[in-house]
Amino acid sequence: MIYAGIDIGSITAKAALIEGTHVLGTHVILTGYNPLNAGIKVFETLLEKVKIPKADVAAIVSTGYGRASIDFADKSLTEIICHGTGAHFMNPEIRGVIDVGGQDSKAIALDKNGQVENFAMNDKCAAGTGRFLEVMANALEIALDQLGDFSLKADKPSKISSICTVFAESEVISMIAGQEKRENIIAGIHESAAARVAILATRISIEKPVMMTGGVAKNKGLVTALGNRLGLNLVVENLAQENGAVGAAVLASKL
Amino acid sequence: MSDTLSDKRKIKCAKKMRDIMTTYYLDAMTAEQNSKQVAWITSGGPVEPLVAMDIIPIYPENHGAMIGASKMGEDLCIKAEDMGYSSDLCSYARSDISCSIVKGGPIGGLPKPDMLICCNNICGTVLKWYEIQARLYNVPLFILDTPVCHTGYSPEIARYVRAQIDEYITFLEKVTKKKFDHDKMNRVGRLAFEGQQLWRKILNTTAHKPSPMSAFDAFFFLALIVTLRGTQVAVDFYKDLLKEMEQRIEDGISMVPNETYRLLWDNLPVWYRLKWLSTKFSDHNACLVADTYTSAWCSALNYIDEDNFIDSMAEAYTRIYLNIGVDQMADQVLDMIKFYDVNGFVMHSNRSCKPYSFGQMNIMKIIREKAGIPVLMIEADMVDPRNFSKSQVETRIDAFMEIVKQRKA
Repeated sequence: MIYAGIDIGSITAKAALIEGTHVLGTHVILTGYNPLNAGIKVFETLLEKVKIPKADVAAIVSTGYGRASIDFADKSLTEIICHGTGAHFMNPEIRGVIDVGGQDSKAIALDKNGQVENFAMNDKCAAGTGRFLEVMANALEIALDQLGDFSLKADKPSKISSICTVFAESEVISMIAGQEKRENIIAGIHESAAARVAILATRISIEKPVMMTGGVAKNKGLVTALGNRLGLNLVVENLAQENGAVGAAVLASKL
Repeated sequence: MSDTLSDKRKIKCAKKMRDIMTTYYLDAMTAEQNSKQVAWITSGGPVEPLVAMDIIPIYPENHGAMIGASKMGEDLCIKAEDMGYSSDLCSYARSDISCSIVKGGPIGGLPKPDMLICCNNICGTVLKWYEIQARLYNVPLFILDTPVCHTGYSPEIARYVRAQIDEYITFLEKVTKKKFDHDKMNRVGRLAFEGQQLWRKILNTTAHKPSPMSAFDAFFFLALIVTLRGTQVAVDFYKDLLKEMEQRIEDGISMVPNETYRLLWDNLPVWYRLKWLSTKFSDHNACLVADTYTSAWCSALNYIDEDNFIDSMAEAYTRIYLNIGVDQMADQVLDMIKFYDVNGFVMHSNRSCKPYSFGQMNIMKIIREKAGIPVLMIEADMVDPRNFSKSQVETRIDAFMEIVKQRKA
């Protein structure tokens, strides 16, 4: 039996198909203005990619901030349970998940069976989210996916003291004006974001091993900064960004 | 069919209470014509001596709740900020202060006070808030200082607060130019005691499964035990409400259809989102059966001596929920979790109410460890909707309910 998960995030829409313990395929597109259209498009593109007719999909679970818009899903569930389930599916040893997405960052504690024990999410503030990094990448005129590589070349990370994204941006702009090295500024940005996210993990006393998921997990600089701050090595899977969609597909198989 | 079902769920006493509240505010609005005096008093303040002196007590905090529930808080809070008050100031204080100037809100502002009674057992903000109003209206202000009882009620605190009760009475005699009537005070004290006993019994009915009412109903019916405590009107009303609750239990009428999960609420309500929150939980077949807020108006009953109200009120007013240590607060929450047999605890981290929200992280940890139930923290504000994010709160509630369901399965 084949099951699908669709994760409509604030920036990207993800789809995943699973069969048994195998991920048949995943796909990621930008969400854009219409979450339902994004859901249809990402799902149908994935079906074409893996050459599976829609009729073969036994059940669909939607998740993410746009989960309620996906009217063709059998059920919608929150990102928290989907990321927890996805992480457990990828690696049953995992007891903690840190998911940093476009507008939310969250820490999730799992029990031995992969069930969510506890979670903490960022409050009404973009600090420590993907959006924060996006704003900074724009200010530094650098592609978002290059932030990680750049920061690994830093020799002395700059100190960003503002928590607020808008104030942090003006701090970064004045650093640019002061001709601080771009690599150092980026490393400073990662430290600042990591500090915000780490608070969530310590708030719920997360246990090892911890997996990092969400689009931001592709940023090596942030993963390193966060791991250092928490004093552990974060596990990052290839499908980190699609982890929520994979979890949704796993939950679809249990409907 | 569904119409008659939801009609059946409606609490009949609600209309009666609206009528009583309307009469109460009309009396206060026309106090001057009837040669009566009006005192503004904090929600946790000792109202009984006012009732005994025929002074009409008015609660800016109850007014704040009305402003929030009628979704007029944002506008009034912005007006206060225009006047120079910080957006970090309590939204009850902000809306009350600006309302005094612009005469806005659902009832066009409160009747002018003849005196102000401020008790700091609920917070420290009220001190400055009442000083501001005392200057604005140029009326006398009485402050009752109740030290925080972190571990217990010491003899020093007892003496200190008891002495102030005498000063309070002297203050009232001076402002009203009337002698304090101790016999009447005893009668009022007994009615206050009886009213609180009835309120406790009403709140206790929700231990029944399914619950005949929810915390959202308690938030509404709370108004009388706050504003008309110590009167026959309140006692009579709560007798009727108790009867109705007992009848609902007998008839098997629940507030939430298919009540499957029972939850406990902490902190003040999110007044401008009551309907949305109640539907949100009810859609998950969850009923908020009790809360730490409305029970504060009967939690000090054990310290009251109904035959000696004046002497015992010092202790009763000092040892309320917001004026005790975090460990003791957590103990009360643990008792409630057991008594109401709940599956989860929902905490409102209230941007406005610092003393209520300050110890919440610790209480959360204690509850998780000792009760082992899921705990949710949502960030909001009681009156200012700018501190509420619907989609964020929605995801948190949905995720929390997923955990609650998983645990119960």
